[in-house]
Amino acid sequence: MIVAEGRQPSYLEDAGGKTGLMAWLGTTDHKRIGLMYLYAMVAFFFVGVGIGLVMRLVQLTTFQKLISAQTYNALFTVHGVIMIFLFVIPGLPAVFGNFFLPILVGAKDVFFPRLNLASWYFFMAGAILAVLSLFTGGGAPDTGWSFYAPFSIKTGTNVTLAVFAAFVLGFSSMLTGINFITTIHRMRAPGMTWFRMPLFCWAAYATSWIQILATPIVAITLVLVMLERLVGIGIFDPAKGGDPVLYQHLFWIYSHPAVYIMILPAMGAISEILPTYAKRPIFGYKAIAFSSLSIAGVGSLVWAHHMFTSGMSEFANMIFSLLTMLVAIPSAIKVFNWVSTLYKGSIDVQPALVYALTFIFLFCIGGLTGVMNGALAIDVHIHDTYFIVGHFHYVMFGGTGFAFFAALLHWFPKMFGRMYSRKAVYAAWGPLFVGFNMLYFSMLVLGMMGMPRRYYLHLPQYHFGHQVATVGSWLLALGLLMFFGALLWAIFKGEKAEDNPWGGVTLEWQVPSPPPLENFEEIPTIEHGPYHFPQGGKA
Amino acid sequence: MSSGHGHAAHAHRDDLGDKLGMWLFLVTEIVLFGGLFIAYSYMRSLYPADFHHGGAELNATLGVINTVVLLTSSLTMVLSLAALQLGDLVKAKAFLLGTILLGGCFLVIKSFEWGAKFQHHLYPGSAHMATLPHGQQVFFGLYFTMTGLHGVHVLVGMSVLGWMYTHLAKGKINQDRFVVLENGGLYWHLVDVIWIFLLPLFYLAA
Repeated sequence: MIVAEGRQPSYLEDAGGKTGLMAWLGTTDHKRIGLMYLYAMVAFFFVGVGIGLVMRLVQLTTFQKLISAQTYNALFTVHGVIMIFLFVIPGLPAVFGNFFLPILVGAKDVFFPRLNLASWYFFMAGAILAVLSLFTGGGAPDTGWSFYAPFSIKTGTNVTLAVFAAFVLGFSSMLTGINFITTIHRMRAPGMTWFRMPLFCWAAYATSWIQILATPIVAITLVLVMLERLVGIGIFDPAKGGDPVLYQHLFWIYSHPAVYIMILPAMGAISEILPTYAKRPIFGYKAIAFSSLSIAGVGSLVWAHHMFTSGMSEFANMIFSLLTMLVAIPSAIKVFNWVSTLYKGSIDVQPALVYALTFIFLFCIGGLTGVMNGALAIDVHIHDTYFIVGHFHYVMFGGTGFAFFAALLHWFPKMFGRMYSRKAVYAAWGPLFVGFNMLYFSMLVLGMMGMPRRYYLHLPQYHFGHQVATVGSWLLALGLLMFFGALLWAIFKGEKAEDNPWGGVTLEWQVPSPPPLENFEEIPTIEHGPYHFPQGGKA
Repeated sequence: MSSGHGHAAHAHRDDLGDKLGMWLFLVTEIVLFGGLFIAYSYMRSLYPADFHHGGAELNATLGVINTVVLLTSSLTMVLSLAALQLGDLVKAKAFLLGTILLGGCFLVIKSFEWGAKFQHHLYPGSAHMATLPHGQQVFFGLYFTMTGLHGVHVLVGMSVLGWMYTHLAKGKINQDRFVVLENGGLYWHLVDVIWIFLLPLFYLAA
């Protein structure tokens, strides 16, 4: 199947001999697996968005006739579970890591292609179990996504199945981590030394280590919750001598590093995007590479900052507060290096760059509010308020979410071989940006005023803030529809994309759009660093 | 771990990479049990006396016998791999079968031990358990969880080795391609090593 110009057929045409549905469901091609993750994840993302919209409507008091308090508890639990376990944790590694990591290191696939497909099936199985948990057993779980004991071991809702779903999803995440590390160690093209790797690979590498070192802890913790519910082993149950605070420790030993699973690959994508549009090498390559590793390292030692009000010793609180603030250093190193990369670049303004800059802006707000949370005295005031909700939406949605959008815009022509309408995605940026800030900045303010999170009702003084946030949520949803609508349209009707529409210099831009089944006709030999612009930035 | 590759052009062979993947998987297993060891050490520091009394209830003799059984199975595992590398397929198969049988032997002894505890109403959720001091309830909760999870790993290990036995018989694992068996052995040794930590923490705690 050779097309006219003598080029190899693309991976979308050539399924390696498999046909029909098996060309997708039985594929071991990392690119097809990446796309399958993308489709599944975007679908779950919109379910999460829908639930979020309903939650905002409940805060306009008229809608409380439709949604009971118990349903509201289920809504914020399910919103959290879907968004965290089905979208932001797998988000960038599973989609862009799968699709681009092998290409960026000059390989034909990941090291364990069949294991990679198995990871996708684990992901889908976990996702289906999570959805089933809403409609079976005692009804949708109402514990919040963090499944805190002892409530999670006592509530009659279907926590057991939801927790098992998260366990299976953890398996998927772990196996992907093993695959990526092995790929990076064993499959780099000749000449691709560690310091010639694109920064996205460094970020994926650091992320994979967190996935391997942290995920098993949450796996065993969730198994313990299941055992508590099924046979009552008593480890988290104070009535039997157990300790719920132990649950919190074990849960956050994973779930705090998990936020770096979410944000590190996002930062990696931003590090690919900025040099491409500034047409100059990234500023501080090694600093960014090592900051990924140090975020992964230090970030694994800060978990108890979620528990400043749980009754730990003052000394432990101080240590965890200090460590938390340390994470701001490697994060800031990245931001300063990104901004310096733009300095004196020949900047080519394209949608991906605009979304990437939006990421930096929103991530700074998210990061700095994080430092506030890390300060003990402030945290006691804002703990469990809307300030926390606002903070993590700035990091997770403003950060990871916008980086996901930016990465999609950057790599879309390569993945699908089609170009989207720049006007349409610029137009979507308006409501996205305005809606996002109306929604989540209001939450920061409400939290400062004392509005507790997860409450069904609120006092009159918070009503205006809630109204602004709810209107913001409509704008945000409109922006999302415009954004994904434009991309969906482009998949079917978009113009053919060039091989290198942005003038990028990393390996993915040197193969056809979309790439052939095995990425490279011949494995390239690498002779210089990843951001080598031959014309000195005047390309 | 999968050593097969999807497309024809991926028929490259990289035993070191396969082993790296296996070692990374073992890391996740260690961390998985690590969570339980954290829980154990915290609970033991809360209830040192109860852990002492709880440990006295366990049958240390059976625990030690099981340790010997499992250590011997690790030995036969290594002998199986060594025999395969020397090209002695008959011995390799025999030793592998021996490993699987010793694993089964471990589980049988374990089930007698658990059975005795059930007869004495020492299990999570029993009425007798609720009358015990808090520390002992937690001790037996941890005992059943940790030895149970370990038992599941023995069972998984036996199935994996059984699957390898059929591949050995078919010649898919052979003198030139033994990395799969080596990886299976690594997993089996890990299961063994975890037991070596469980023995003193529970049976010798008294």
